[in-house]
Amino acid sequence: MAATLSTARRRQLGRPVSIVGAGLSRFGAFRDMTTRDLFVEAFQDLIDNMDQGIDVEDIECGYIGNYSSDLFEGQGHTAPILADWLGMTPTPITRIENACASSGSALREGIMAIASGMYDVVLVGGVEKMTDLPTEGVTDVLASAADGLYEVPAGLTFPGIYGALAKAHMDRYETSLAHLAKVGIKNHTNGALNPKAQFNTTLLDMMERRKARAEQQGQPVPDWRDEMDFLNDPRANPWIAWPLRLYDCAPITDGASCVLLVSSEIATNFTDKPVHVVGTGQASGRPLHDAVELTSLSAAREAAAQAYAMAGVTPQDIQVAEVHDCFTIAEIIATEDLGFFEPGEGPRAVDEGRTARTGDRPINTSGGLKAKGHPVGASGVAQVIETFHQLRGEAGPRQLPNPNLELGLTHNVGGTGGTCVVNILRRG
Amino acid sequence: MTTETRAFNAASFFAYLKEGQLMGVRCRTCGKLSAEARPMCQDCHSRDVEWFAFSGRGQLSAFTCISVVPNAMGEKGFGRNNPYCSGIVALEEGPRISALILGVDAANPQNIATGLALTLQVEDQDKDRPTLAFVPA
Repeated sequence: MAATLSTARRRQLGRPVSIVGAGLSRFGAFRDMTTRDLFVEAFQDLIDNMDQGIDVEDIECGYIGNYSSDLFEGQGHTAPILADWLGMTPTPITRIENACASSGSALREGIMAIASGMYDVVLVGGVEKMTDLPTEGVTDVLASAADGLYEVPAGLTFPGIYGALAKAHMDRYETSLAHLAKVGIKNHTNGALNPKAQFNTTLLDMMERRKARAEQQGQPVPDWRDEMDFLNDPRANPWIAWPLRLYDCAPITDGASCVLLVSSEIATNFTDKPVHVVGTGQASGRPLHDAVELTSLSAAREAAAQAYAMAGVTPQDIQVAEVHDCFTIAEIIATEDLGFFEPGEGPRAVDEGRTARTGDRPINTSGGLKAKGHPVGASGVAQVIETFHQLRGEAGPRQLPNPNLELGLTHNVGGTGGTCVVNILRRG
Repeated sequence: MTTETRAFNAASFFAYLKEGQLMGVRCRTCGKLSAEARPMCQDCHSRDVEWFAFSGRGQLSAFTCISVVPNAMGEKGFGRNNPYCSGIVALEEGPRISALILGVDAANPQNIATGLALTLQVEDQDKDRPTLAFVPA
């Protein structure tokens, strides 16, 4: 791993870039909404929440992350359609595809477009409409983010590859099914405080509702005592890709996200509370079978090293983080890859409550992909939006108690580690 | 040998598999082995590569047993009540590769041990694209 990290040299943006507004659609399953409808909803949310307003004609350029509107809803060349439906033609908009890191990469393109000096005001975001297909179809589309020649023919699915990572982590460290379950319980506890979340409820409430429904329907009422009991019942929580169960997996979600990036010189024209992009990193990785370690994503370690170097900070300086918990094991591995905990210490940190909202290292206050939902192309920017709100002190009931929040981090993974984008944000 | 004349690509990889052979490439410049048929070495970028016949023996490095299956595996009869095992196999020559793991009890994964000795058993050898699979040795 040292060989990989040694390649990270300190890069700087050509000029500073700030985030001055954010918009998020509802996350969930919306039968009658298409890609464009979802993105328009997120864009309207941005317009409505700009502190000092925005004239859409001032937006000079856009980058939108989208994994596969082609396969999910049969629509390619999505960017100009979005430009049209946002009333933004002839402004150039480009679609960026890096699987589940699509909008993380779109954000970087926007950052670099401003840092280059070419544009001052850029819209970046992401969108995915996933729920038109049945689960088997979604499984196929997501699996196509893995290597179609050397991984998919082995029967590996997206949960399957993370299942193998989980098994490797369990073999090497003391990671257990209970640790994975606790990540899910924590993220649902956070999601219950997020009105935009697909699962705006705790697992305990979900369990109680299922008991109540069984009673109403005159069926035998399950005798689950608590969330862990519920999660250990194979009828409630069946295997998806052993050792991962249903509640270890992020859901299938429709949703969209966007933020407005501007040159920091003009940030105060838009808001008194800008959030500055102080570090950004992106790296590519190999398929799991060719990875240096089966318990870590090398692209995440490299992207993090780049972002920390640019920002001039260490993992211990980060006060709030949104990490890519497409599966519960992914959150544990992320907290190790980002340097928050030593390799193998992630599970204990979960046990000790350190990653809870009340812990010293709060992770995924939004509910994460697990509870907030995972519209794959929208997730990277949605993570940035939660961090933006936390740093501005406007995260409502899930606002962290620390009044001196300054530094936040986002970690967005494409596929099973083929791409990772890490951003570090600082309160203005 | 005709082997030297085949293009270094997936078509050749699967053609060899159809003949029952796991063939990868060896870089003649730096010696790097890959179980994938690459035309260029990923370590030193040399294009001077040659076919390399793997023995087909290896060990199970990590695995999963999949119950929510993609369409292609569903068509083979796998599914919720009949999961299958996929794994990462460390070949005895060094490289790892992803493969279907047959001959194990995928419904009881706790009985499958990492480190299990495996041997190549090509699945669907009569098809144009056979499946790279291993069974317990």
